[in-house]
Amino acid sequence: MATNRPEVALRCENLHRYLGEGEGRVHVLRGVSFEARRGNVTAIVGPSGCGKSTLLYLLGLLDQPDDGSIWISNELMSNSSDLDRTAARCEHIGFVFQFHFLMQEFSALDNVMMPMRKLGRLDEAQMEARARSLLADVGLGEKTHRLATQLSGGEQQRVAVARALANQPAIILADEPTGNLDVKNSALVFDLLTRLAKENGQAVVLVTHNPDIASRCDETKPMRDGEFC
Amino acid sequence: MLMSLAGIIFGVGFFIVTQAQTSGFEQFFIRTILGTNGAIRIEDKIQDTIFAMAAAGHNAGESKFEVAADRTGRKYIEGVEDPKLIIDALRKFRNVSGVSTVVEGSVIADSSFKNDSAKVYGINLDDHLAVSDLASQVARGSGSIDDFRHTPQGVLMGRVLAERLQLEVGDSLILQAGTEQRRYRVSGIYSTGVSDIDRVRIYVHLGEARSLLRKTTGASFIQVALFDRDRAPQDARQMEQVLRHSAKSWQEREESWLEAFKALQVSAAITVSTIILISGLGMFNTLAMIVIEKTKEIAILRSMGYTRSDISRIFIWLGTIVLVIGTVGGWGLGAAVTYGVSKYPIKIRGIFSADSFQVSWNIWHYVIATITATVVVMIAAVIPARRAARLEPGDIIRGTSQ
Repeated sequence: MATNRPEVALRCENLHRYLGEGEGRVHVLRGVSFEARRGNVTAIVGPSGCGKSTLLYLLGLLDQPDDGSIWISNELMSNSSDLDRTAARCEHIGFVFQFHFLMQEFSALDNVMMPMRKLGRLDEAQMEARARSLLADVGLGEKTHRLATQLSGGEQQRVAVARALANQPAIILADEPTGNLDVKNSALVFDLLTRLAKENGQAVVLVTHNPDIASRCDETKPMRDGEFC
Repeated sequence: MLMSLAGIIFGVGFFIVTQAQTSGFEQFFIRTILGTNGAIRIEDKIQDTIFAMAAAGHNAGESKFEVAADRTGRKYIEGVEDPKLIIDALRKFRNVSGVSTVVEGSVIADSSFKNDSAKVYGINLDDHLAVSDLASQVARGSGSIDDFRHTPQGVLMGRVLAERLQLEVGDSLILQAGTEQRRYRVSGIYSTGVSDIDRVRIYVHLGEARSLLRKTTGASFIQVALFDRDRAPQDARQMEQVLRHSAKSWQEREESWLEAFKALQVSAAITVSTIILISGLGMFNTLAMIVIEKTKEIAILRSMGYTRSDISRIFIWLGTIVLVIGTVGGWGLGAAVTYGVSKYPIKIRGIFSADSFQVSWNIWHYVIATITATVVVMIAAVIPARRAARLEPGDIIRGTSQ
């Protein structure tokens, strides 16, 4: 099965994105081209406002480019419909944000099962087993039934990592995944993310301000004024 | 959300209760009217005028029945000249279950205490029992039908009139019509439940009425009972055309009362629906607030692959849950209060006479309350749901991250 998978999980060419209206309109991305390979961890670094997160949201199909193309697993997605982009997010992309964005009213287990419920590939028992396994992998095997509010900040972010991995996506996009964590938890979450992604042959693209984290990635892409340097 | 739910429960419940009461009194009125005056009354003969004869007849290709349906310019001769002929014809109508000849006239009723004006209704008892609820009306009052049957000088008096004249069963009274006066004995006191009837009507045997009122032949009217009361207007039209006598259905006779009941029902429905409407507004506000508070959660669900329809469905589900619990709770509340009200002993005396609230158990009250709640709740849920579905996840997450 692994032999049929394209080596390049994500590719974009000549991406342009403008934000704002009228005189406040800013050219945030200026013809960015990029590719992410399976099993590879790429860090996008740069000063605030250089367009890192905008690029990440375009790559994650959460936003649409004004110009340029995006391929997910060799399928052109930049001009596809909202429904197709939503389906591609479900199947191919896992997100980890700076804030964990867990559903507070649900347990850690339920949060991890949510993407699986939408994808619908597994039955209830299989989904629960996979969610338990993922939570065990991130060191929360004993806290599967705790509500999100009953977990610490580091634990919540680890649940978010498990959730991002739930559907075994080809691509993990992480926007400052350790930005809200202390040093110890930052290292823990980063190690988890990279280890699990490498084990599963997933492409990881992460945006970070943290030079320590960036230096530990396979590849670092510095950005300035909407372009890679 | 709990307040909205409570509002839906109370709104649906009160809707059912008010409809049960207003239609309960309407049904009570209809039952009483049918049980007292019958479904159709055949009275005054239609006079053949030159206009009517010309119109009825004799234009090629026109049915004279169609023309007779137009009542303008019609003249009548009072009473039914040959009741036997009319009754024979009436019995040929398939929907007719009974007919009774009635001779009616005004009298002065004189007890030893006081006198009062009244109306005598001369009847053949067995015929009249077939077209009215007189037996059960006497059972609700006092005395007995059998006593009346076996007493040529017996009368059946309305409850209100008997009270005014301070008469009881077994007492005697004098009925005076013009120069004719006769002594009678109270065989029974009936109670129809409608004061206007109980205040004036005295039943006597047909032969006695003819003697007292000096109407030796004919009849004032013929009372008709039907198997299917709802077909009375069509049957009355046909009878009028065939018999050439005025024929009035109970719906036509009591049109103003029935319209008043209908207006009361609609008015009560509108008033109570405002409770549901206000609850709907409350729910709309709550759901709109949830959309604002949960934008991040909506965005993360969208990032996971949940579609706009999925997001919309969450809010529609919330509305549906409130609707289902609220409606079922409202049904329960409505049914319980309706039952309680129907058993609550209260003496109603006035236009109606009843010893408890009259209620009607009708599935349509529940259906209409449910439809009203469904429309309100769904509108209240759909608008926030559409708004939630329109949210762009990229914009929200970018806004949160910055």
